[in-house]
Amino acid sequence: MERLASIEQFRTLQERVVADRDPNIPVVVIPAGTCGQASGANDLIRIAKHELLSKGLAEKLRIRITGCHGFCQAEPSVLIEPEGTFYPRLGIKQMMQIIEAASQGRVVEELLWRDPTTHKRVPKQSDIPFFRSQRRTLLARNEKVDPIRIYDYVGSGGYSALVKVLVRGNPGWVVDEAKASGLRGRGGAGFPTGLKWEVLAKARNGHGKFLVCNADEGDPGAYMDRSVLEGNPQSIIEGMLIGAYGTGATQGIIYVRTEYPLAIKHLVIALRQARELGLLGEKILGTGFSFDIQIVKGAGAFVCGEETALIRSVEGERGEPRQRPPYPVEKGIKGEPTAINNVETWANIPIIINEGAARFAKVGSPQNTGTKIFSLVGKVRNTGLVEVPMGVTIGEIVHGIGGGPSGRAKIKAVQTGGPSGGCLPVPMFDLSLNYESLAAAGSIMGSGGMIVMDDNTCMVDVAKYFMEFLKDESCGKCFTCRQGTQRMWEILDDITTGRGTLAQLDLLQELAEVVRDTSMCGLGQTAANPVLSTLRYFRDEYLTHIERKFCPATVCRDLFNYRVIAEKCTGCRLCLPVCPTGAMTGSKGKAHNLDRSTCIKCRACVEACKFDAIAGEPVIAAAQSG
Amino acid sequence: MISLTMNGLPVSVEEGTTLLEAARFLGFPIPTLCHLEGLTPYGACRLCVVEIGRGGKAKLVSSCTYTAENGLTVRTASWRVMRARKMILELLLASCPQSKIIQDLAAAHEVRRQRFRQEYKDCILCGLCVRICEEQMMAKAIGFRGRGEKRSVGTPFDVPSPACRLCGACMYVCPACQLRCTYNEPEKAICGSCANLSPPCLEKQEFHDMMCYMAPCVACEIGKR
Repeated sequence: MERLASIEQFRTLQERVVADRDPNIPVVVIPAGTCGQASGANDLIRIAKHELLSKGLAEKLRIRITGCHGFCQAEPSVLIEPEGTFYPRLGIKQMMQIIEAASQGRVVEELLWRDPTTHKRVPKQSDIPFFRSQRRTLLARNEKVDPIRIYDYVGSGGYSALVKVLVRGNPGWVVDEAKASGLRGRGGAGFPTGLKWEVLAKARNGHGKFLVCNADEGDPGAYMDRSVLEGNPQSIIEGMLIGAYGTGATQGIIYVRTEYPLAIKHLVIALRQARELGLLGEKILGTGFSFDIQIVKGAGAFVCGEETALIRSVEGERGEPRQRPPYPVEKGIKGEPTAINNVETWANIPIIINEGAARFAKVGSPQNTGTKIFSLVGKVRNTGLVEVPMGVTIGEIVHGIGGGPSGRAKIKAVQTGGPSGGCLPVPMFDLSLNYESLAAAGSIMGSGGMIVMDDNTCMVDVAKYFMEFLKDESCGKCFTCRQGTQRMWEILDDITTGRGTLAQLDLLQELAEVVRDTSMCGLGQTAANPVLSTLRYFRDEYLTHIERKFCPATVCRDLFNYRVIAEKCTGCRLCLPVCPTGAMTGSKGKAHNLDRSTCIKCRACVEACKFDAIAGEPVIAAAQSG
Repeated sequence: MISLTMNGLPVSVEEGTTLLEAARFLGFPIPTLCHLEGLTPYGACRLCVVEIGRGGKAKLVSSCTYTAENGLTVRTASWRVMRARKMILELLLASCPQSKIIQDLAAAHEVRRQRFRQEYKDCILCGLCVRICEEQMMAKAIGFRGRGEKRSVGTPFDVPSPACRLCGACMYVCPACQLRCTYNEPEKAICGSCANLSPPCLEKQEFHDMMCYMAPCVACEIGKR
């Protein structure tokens, strides 16, 4: 790669890359992010290459290995361009069929995605309900680029935004565009990015200013930052370059967790290629603008996603937050002004510059512009990353894109915003998703995790699960967060094991409110959300646990016994072989018998039963009846 | 000078003054456990929270770290502050009931019971010892280890630090073990409450070289005998 010495040279290169492509040659796009690789994308890549070489199809067909496209439910999948044919859940044999068909311009009908309700095959990706209802501004770019080939990015319009900024030569314009776009921090708090940049741009320039990309995504069940980093690392670099030009920052840091090895690998390659091409480092594209980025790997503490703790971690100290103010933008890394933005925020910057702030601001609602990626997981039919305009309702995501419940049980709640988010019940599904509405409902936007729960989920147990996570991840510096999360967990543990009292319920509420009020950093301030939101919307479940000593969802094992409902049981014997302890007995056609003394409440029989003939009952009632 | 309103009184303080300093100067009592003049503000015990702002934007902040701003409205003993303070004291009593300082503070705030499971911990992790060791004694012999409930004060791998000069400053500032170190029953003297600091004296079983500021430190007295 030759270092580009001027903007002219870059344009020439971009034209050459575009001209080298033949749009008529079909491309087999194989998503191979961490999720894709885990479900077998590497095998597909190997077979595809083998087929291409052994059958001499290299001139007729191209392969592009990309990051995640978002439809995790369908991995490993393949997309054929330019038609946009989508094949889900492939094996090695199917891959061979597809390669052959694609080289001849055919479609393999029987491998196409099938709509579970109409049972019809849908050939095009854009017609599949999961993709159709989204607005894929960021994720669609994952399909277009191979993350380890900078020419792919350049060829698909990459770095045009940077060139646009360099040609204009006005840093103030960049900050104004960021402000006009209305973009708000995608890390969860929703602070306007343009305002943050404005403060940084005005800050005194002593020994340099820092820009940080926060890629310490620790929420369980959330992985949108990882997918963007793995799939399109160059867009983050471009975003940071534009930010640096606007704010006068001299050094960039990408703080990424070690648990994301593929993202780190792709970032290292992307940074090296950008440097070799003269897009990073001293005198970028022959202009007077210099900026470089280094990677700092986080050692795995959840709290290091909090900006003051992140700064300490970058400095090599213990990752512990400190009280704000002063805010990082006044006093950050090594005491210098520092602006910290989330991965998704950075990825939006080139888009804003390219299409203009006004156009960007038209998407979403007035105070919440642009699109947001949510990771939709849990008890829905279609799980994966979904990108929607801000302001759509929860119901549209869960039922429209998610396709409704995955099992027979009804959807009961959705948990947004990661461990420190809240659980919102079905009547709240009309809520439009934005920073303010979620906060008012007792939850948070967070980084965009969205966990769907059905009737088989016990909300007290959910609160306990998240509290267990938070008590382990609390750094322990401030007293209320450390002790508060421990004591909340303790009370929840009492309630789920049948020792809870009504007095404890009031204490839990009081403690949760104090922890929210008095904790030092965002972790503690939001740690009470799982408790407060479940107390607000699912108080009856708490009361059932305490007063009747019964867990209606049959999750808390000390608080229920299973029983066969004789009227419903058809004697089909389906539950007999799945029982690991042999507690279920019975003969064909007659209601089965469950031996309570050997039943370990593993739920296997409940899942096997097609007639809902096995149900939980309170332990006390069980003791009375037999 | 910075002008602000504290508990309804218009006051002015010098720039850079923290809300805690301002309140104490004006005679409004604010309890603290992790604050000591001469050490950097830490904001860990959360006892010193005060309410700032008005209406829906009112929030609690730790007064020891918050510097006074022009036009700020501060309430040092509002209902919200007192509720938080009482809950914090209740939590402290639940984990470290033997500390005289905590008992006195609880009594002063009319906290007469605690509703959690009783624990008997020797350390509230206020960080005073760590900071005095680093900032005043220039030794940096002890520090924090672990996170969450596993957080503790000590040296790496519990090996006595060569940087420790046995000055005893860590025990002197400790709000949790003060009572027990001045214990008047010699046979119970080495209560172990300071063991979480891994003081080298206990490791060595020798006390004659200990330059202890504590008067009277029974542990040192026994060693000298």
